[in-house]
Amino acid sequence: MDTEEQQISVDEGFAEVVTLGEKDPLLLSSGEILSPFKVAYKSWGVLNKDKTNAILVCHALTGDQYARGKNPLTGKEGWWPKVIGPGLPIDTNKFFVICTNVLGSCSGSSGPMEINPATNKPYGLDFPVITIADMVSAQVRLIDHFGIDKLYSVIGGSMGGMQVLHWAVDHGERVKTAIPIASTWRHSAQNIAFHEVGRQAIMADPNWQNGRYYEKESRPHAGLSVARMAAHITYMSERSLTSKFGRNLQDREKLTFGFDADFQIESYLRYQGISFVDRFDANSYLYITRATDYYDITAGFGGSLTNAFEGTSVKFCIISFTSDWLYTTQENRELVRALNAAGAQVSFVEIDMDKGHDSFLLDCPEMFNIIEGFLAAETESL
Amino acid sequence: MDFDQNNHRESDIRIDLLLIANMIPEGARVLDVGCGDGELLDYLRKEKKVDARGIELSPEGVKESVAKGLSVIQGNAEEEIKHFPDDSFDFVILSQTLQAMDRPDKILEELLRVGKRAIVSFPNFGYWRVRLHLMLKGKMPVTKSLDRPWYRTPNIHFCTIRDFVDLCEELNIKIEKGLAVDSSGSKMSIKYMMLANLFGTQGLYVLARN
Repeated sequence: MDTEEQQISVDEGFAEVVTLGEKDPLLLSSGEILSPFKVAYKSWGVLNKDKTNAILVCHALTGDQYARGKNPLTGKEGWWPKVIGPGLPIDTNKFFVICTNVLGSCSGSSGPMEINPATNKPYGLDFPVITIADMVSAQVRLIDHFGIDKLYSVIGGSMGGMQVLHWAVDHGERVKTAIPIASTWRHSAQNIAFHEVGRQAIMADPNWQNGRYYEKESRPHAGLSVARMAAHITYMSERSLTSKFGRNLQDREKLTFGFDADFQIESYLRYQGISFVDRFDANSYLYITRATDYYDITAGFGGSLTNAFEGTSVKFCIISFTSDWLYTTQENRELVRALNAAGAQVSFVEIDMDKGHDSFLLDCPEMFNIIEGFLAAETESL
Repeated sequence: MDFDQNNHRESDIRIDLLLIANMIPEGARVLDVGCGDGELLDYLRKEKKVDARGIELSPEGVKESVAKGLSVIQGNAEEEIKHFPDDSFDFVILSQTLQAMDRPDKILEELLRVGKRAIVSFPNFGYWRVRLHLMLKGKMPVTKSLDRPWYRTPNIHFCTIRDFVDLCEELNIKIEKGLAVDSSGSKMSIKYMMLANLFGTQGLYVLARN
């Protein structure tokens, strides 16, 4: 394995891209193999001597490894600055915290935008279709690379929570505790439907060019932007949209009787779409939404959620939000009940917050307290 | 007098919970239904090394329980208990919560489905001061510990110790042990039901399937 890039800063953590699987190819769910493959990660804190204080933080659909500190690609603050850090719920004074960019994404880990070692050109659609389980397999290799036998905890929101559950089911002996937040145990028809709208928008963009746009002048920005707009609606609650925008007009006194962004909500969504294309690759969006659509934790267990967790030694803390209509409390309760039926140690909290699915990324002291309390309760073993 | 589960005097909590804790053997599998902030479960886990689980309605209670390292799920007890398999626990505890249940009879049956034994404690509405209050004032008792009027209290199904014993009989539930607790917190035998029902502020029962 070789190290491509190193940045060391005491405050900002440590970022690196490691190449893995040169001798030991990664077998994917599809049957295809990846060898070698790259995993970009960022870490904070120090791994203790016994290597028992490592926490893996898993990012959501369009997230990245820059959970804390400045993201060098966007120049913006990380996505969980109030959760990870010294004295924060995931306390970097106590824990060694790792966040990896998932396989198929576009912040340094292997994905459609990266160079295919076989052709020396970007993979494009030659990149194999990956699953959540495959993302986790790549993370397992990184944990092996660190010589970590067992993670103290795996934590993640939304698609991050899906990775958490795959860790617990596929690699339970290597995980002590698990915190899936605002997540689900399988993608529903409605979830798949929204993603399909996004993919169709990308593929309908003439600039998409069957995924071979990397060498071209133009990118499928219009399609990707629409995909993001559609998805963004599902991240917010009707109530938060109403209180934030209502039917307010955008920089105008009256309707224009045209198709410009008359309403604030239109302007807001357009901004969300346009700013997204600067930081995300359209093909990656296809691959990662596909991975979440293929996600069903019961798939290898005859459709039984209880069987999936039978005999697990992992201790779970499941968190949902009242206003999340993408991955609902009801789905999380199904998971909790199955875990109870399987005899697992499980805690469950539904947090009353009206901001929708994205609540887990926002300032939510209740969630911070739960994470902090749950993690701290087990630290006597460190 | 102590009828309101949300407003115990401190000494009542300790005695009530300690009496329950003393009935549970080392290493048992225990579910506390309506576990509050997890005080009893935490004690049992530390002192008796039990496998402790809880169900609690209030998010604050769940949060405090989780911070103690307990496995507690937020939810409605009567709904959530249905999803546990038969014989999941050695003991299922329902402490000062029976009177807040929608169907106390159904919950007793559920306790004994998921648990080999159930420990149930409840405020005794046959306590002499309650009777006196009702007799002299002709109104539902509202006291320091029972501070909400009848139309706003979560305690919708009060019973006396005698009512409770009758219900167990009707449901064919075996009473393995029963005692009353008087206002000073001392244990009272229920051998003399009339006295227990008059002077006990709380009933405490260990139940099993017949």
